[in-house]
Amino acid sequence: MAEFEPVLLRRIGKPNSAALETYRADGGYRALEKALNSMQPVDVVNTVKNSGLRGRGGAGFPTGLKWTFLPKDHPGPIYLCVNADESEPCTFNNRVLMEQDPHQVLEGIILSSYAIRARTAYLYIRYEYGPATRAMQKAIDEAYASNLLGQNILGKDFHLDVFIHRGAGAYICGEETGLIESLEGKRAWPRIKPPFPAVEGAFRKPTIVNNIETMACVTHILDRGLEWFRSLGVPPDPNNPRDAGSFGPKLYNLSGHVNRPGTYEAPMGITVRELIDKYGGGVWQGRKAKGAIPGGISMGVITEAEFDMPLDFNGPGKVGCLGLGTGAVTVFDETTSIVDVLANICRFFAHESCGQCTPCREGTGWMDKIADRIKHGQGRREDLDILAEVGNRIGIMPGTTICGLADGAGWPVKLAVKKFRAEFEAFIRDGKKSTVKSLALVH
Amino acid sequence: MATVFVNVLPDANGKPPRSDLIKVEVGGQKLTLAPVDIGNEKLNLIQAAERAGVFVPHYCWHPALTVVASCRMCLVQTGRRDPDKNDPAKINWSLLPNKVVPACQTPATDGTIIVTNNPLAKNAQADTLEGILLNHPLDCPVCDKAGECMLQDYSYRYGRAQSRMIDEKNTPPNKPHIGDNVTLFTDRCIMCSRCVRFTREVAGTAELQIINRGHHSEIDIFPGEPLNNKLATNVVDLCPVGALCSKDFLYTHRVWNLKTVDSVCADCSTGCSIHLDTNKSVVYRLRPRHNPQAQGYFMCDDGRLGYHYVNAPERIVRPQMRTEQTLTPTPWNEVRQALVQDLKAAVQRDATGVLGVLSPFLTCEEAYLLAKFLKGLSGQVRLALGPVPVVGQDDTYPKDRRGNPIQPVRFTIRAEKCPNRRGVEEVLRHFQGDLIPFDEVIRSAQSNSIQALYLAGGYPPREEGWIRTDQAEHLKNIPLLIVQDLLPSPISSAAKYLLPASSFAEKEGTFVNHAGLAQALRWGVTPPGECRVDGQIFLDLLERRGLIHAPTVRQELGQEIPYFAPLAQGDLGEYGIPLQG
Repeated sequence: MAEFEPVLLRRIGKPNSAALETYRADGGYRALEKALNSMQPVDVVNTVKNSGLRGRGGAGFPTGLKWTFLPKDHPGPIYLCVNADESEPCTFNNRVLMEQDPHQVLEGIILSSYAIRARTAYLYIRYEYGPATRAMQKAIDEAYASNLLGQNILGKDFHLDVFIHRGAGAYICGEETGLIESLEGKRAWPRIKPPFPAVEGAFRKPTIVNNIETMACVTHILDRGLEWFRSLGVPPDPNNPRDAGSFGPKLYNLSGHVNRPGTYEAPMGITVRELIDKYGGGVWQGRKAKGAIPGGISMGVITEAEFDMPLDFNGPGKVGCLGLGTGAVTVFDETTSIVDVLANICRFFAHESCGQCTPCREGTGWMDKIADRIKHGQGRREDLDILAEVGNRIGIMPGTTICGLADGAGWPVKLAVKKFRAEFEAFIRDGKKSTVKSLALVH
Repeated sequence: MATVFVNVLPDANGKPPRSDLIKVEVGGQKLTLAPVDIGNEKLNLIQAAERAGVFVPHYCWHPALTVVASCRMCLVQTGRRDPDKNDPAKINWSLLPNKVVPACQTPATDGTIIVTNNPLAKNAQADTLEGILLNHPLDCPVCDKAGECMLQDYSYRYGRAQSRMIDEKNTPPNKPHIGDNVTLFTDRCIMCSRCVRFTREVAGTAELQIINRGHHSEIDIFPGEPLNNKLATNVVDLCPVGALCSKDFLYTHRVWNLKTVDSVCADCSTGCSIHLDTNKSVVYRLRPRHNPQAQGYFMCDDGRLGYHYVNAPERIVRPQMRTEQTLTPTPWNEVRQALVQDLKAAVQRDATGVLGVLSPFLTCEEAYLLAKFLKGLSGQVRLALGPVPVVGQDDTYPKDRRGNPIQPVRFTIRAEKCPNRRGVEEVLRHFQGDLIPFDEVIRSAQSNSIQALYLAGGYPPREEGWIRTDQAEHLKNIPLLIVQDLLPSPISSAAKYLLPASSFAEKEGTFVNHAGLAQALRWGVTPPGECRVDGQIFLDLLERRGLIHAPTVRQELGQEIPYFAPLAQGDLGEYGIPLQG
């Protein structure tokens, strides 16, 4: 796959890549002109639907299908919320796109708004992304000045306003209904569903929530055609009728104990090992890897033996992970104690649980206390069973919470305990203590 | 028409609770389903299961508040009963596998199966309870709520015996400053958010909020903006645990010693249905009782906390008669005989100069008996309505943050601060024809045309007093002044006969609220000292034998006065009977 030419990242690193004129010079807004001149909104929806694009935010829901859930002939307003609350730890692909190539994202937003007949789009950017916010705002200002936003875009009967809303730094604001609540100025407590946002979302109007990378993909699908998009990635598993396939390019974030951490673009389906060895330059300091987190910590953990797992929408599930997630791989080397990994994971989710549903609020807090106790040498063997049990019973999948945060909080815990049980037991048996400082939590 | 199916278990004796049960095996589970027809009603699964007599435990859900489905106590397994698509005669039963749903959030539709008592649902409920109890201090021995706590009850019924947490519990600080009438034991809170939703949706004033995140979430107020709206103490009733406590009731009594009667609040003409909690003839608290015909689920703090005069030591507790210049305590019999003699003499002198003043705090039965007695002396005796205390204007909720009322109104505290003006007026109209207002009584007193006045008061204390000093001055000149009241007032010292009245907590009878709803008042405590209930005094004056029994008088009232005809069978039921007119 060495021949693969980056698409989403093709302009990253070029001089002045965030500016409108360089974007135009590289063929930018060609897709928008084409769509506005020759396509009806429904054609755009169908193109995206037929391209097999699945949401890049984590859950992998087919984007075009989501768009069709909007009520037909709704008098409006319909809103597009673009989720740039990229708060999954070790995930930073949206940031790269927004900071370095904001017009690529903006074109996708305009195209998507055209498709779903939205006249207002909100760009929800997490508080920590100051430079990204400024870059996006600059791009939006340039677009207004060039008649790419505002009234009668490119002379057509299509109007769109894009507003940036900055979050205040909470993981839960990345959950689509939590984001909507936050956007409305409330505490970001995810809403009970149904009604789904496509029926009743922001300000009780139909709303589509999409990820930044999804928006960038929409730009390229419209520009290069859906055949191009479907030529990349992994086709559906013929044995699984519910598999929608994993098409297109994907931004993978590589972090942790590798020589060259960063954001890399590859077609869907690259394996973890390929990503580490080919792009990341191997595990650092000549060590071996112990394991990795395959797609943001909420997706679970994998052992080194599972590194040949493909990073598409199906691969992580085959080794017990929750899903592809954000495609952010964090590698930990053989010297890393899994106890520290677990303690950090538990600490993060206990801190970020919004506190609405009892199983998640109390479960994440309990797991954090247990993991912390194990780390400080006070662990008991039965604690591992409790961790695995609590990790398994909280979440939207067993039906005990409103949103998926709890699934993501429980999944890595139960997988870590299952896959690294021997190490945990040895740690507890030998009465070890960890002196590694816990990661600092801000906010 | 919609039918739901609720899994039921045999009762304690092993008998099925009803005969029309359907036994099916779904997904490897043997279910005994009770079909319940819910018609076209929009019910959630908690309500639908209740129709089959199956209780689904719940914390955050409350019928008067929005659904948040966050406590996750009401987890049940659901399924469907559907006719087969190809063969309508065939019925397909199915269960949603390995997944529970919150019953409060899930609408009951035709063919819904509700399973609340299989291992999956019971485990989910027990898991939730284990979670809730992780950081709960388990300080039941010192907790006010113990004995009526949903956390205690559910733990026994649905929980596990032991906690597996050995780590330290979170100990957030208590917040006694949260309101003038409400205190918060933060560590007992289970974050059901009922109180927060109440202040936002019903009171509208939105004082309460949740601060912090995850297991450090706490209920709190904005600094300097305490929970002091007039509906504030309802959050204590809404709180399923002992987190929010009433400062008025705090540490005064264990709830299992309290005796509860269903009664009516006497503080304003809304006539909230209440539970009256008493022990050993002391009133300890008033709680709202759900009544869709009266006020709904809540009551105001004025009414709730305004009962203290019942226990007040200043109360007039014995009949007194003026001998020479001083009021002397005298046995009831002597007082009654002398009083009747004096009244009869006055009637003989000038019947039109004899007046009865009936306060709107009397029950309909008492008003009826007194009117009957006075009119029995002579048809020319006049009957007037006592002062009707009105304070400000009707106070409606919700309000916005600036205190302006918002529509739709969810609760009204009425300006008319008495429980039974309408009822007493109807009695007076029947006996008197025209309604004589109290001002006319004063005018008559000014012109010295009153020979005798029987003032049946029973007014609870108010800052401004129920009678103005200048009014009292005019009445003091009446030769035969009979005052029956709860507390000393400007005219009680001038009375020739001073009789103790009884409070709403001590008597039985009927109150008719602002909308004409007749509700039954029931007694919870015995009157203090030598005090007799008002009805008994009037019964004795009428020289009827025996003890007062309000339902009997109510029957008589219903038969005699057309307005009260719907009450003729004597029983008013739980919610009362609306009267027309």
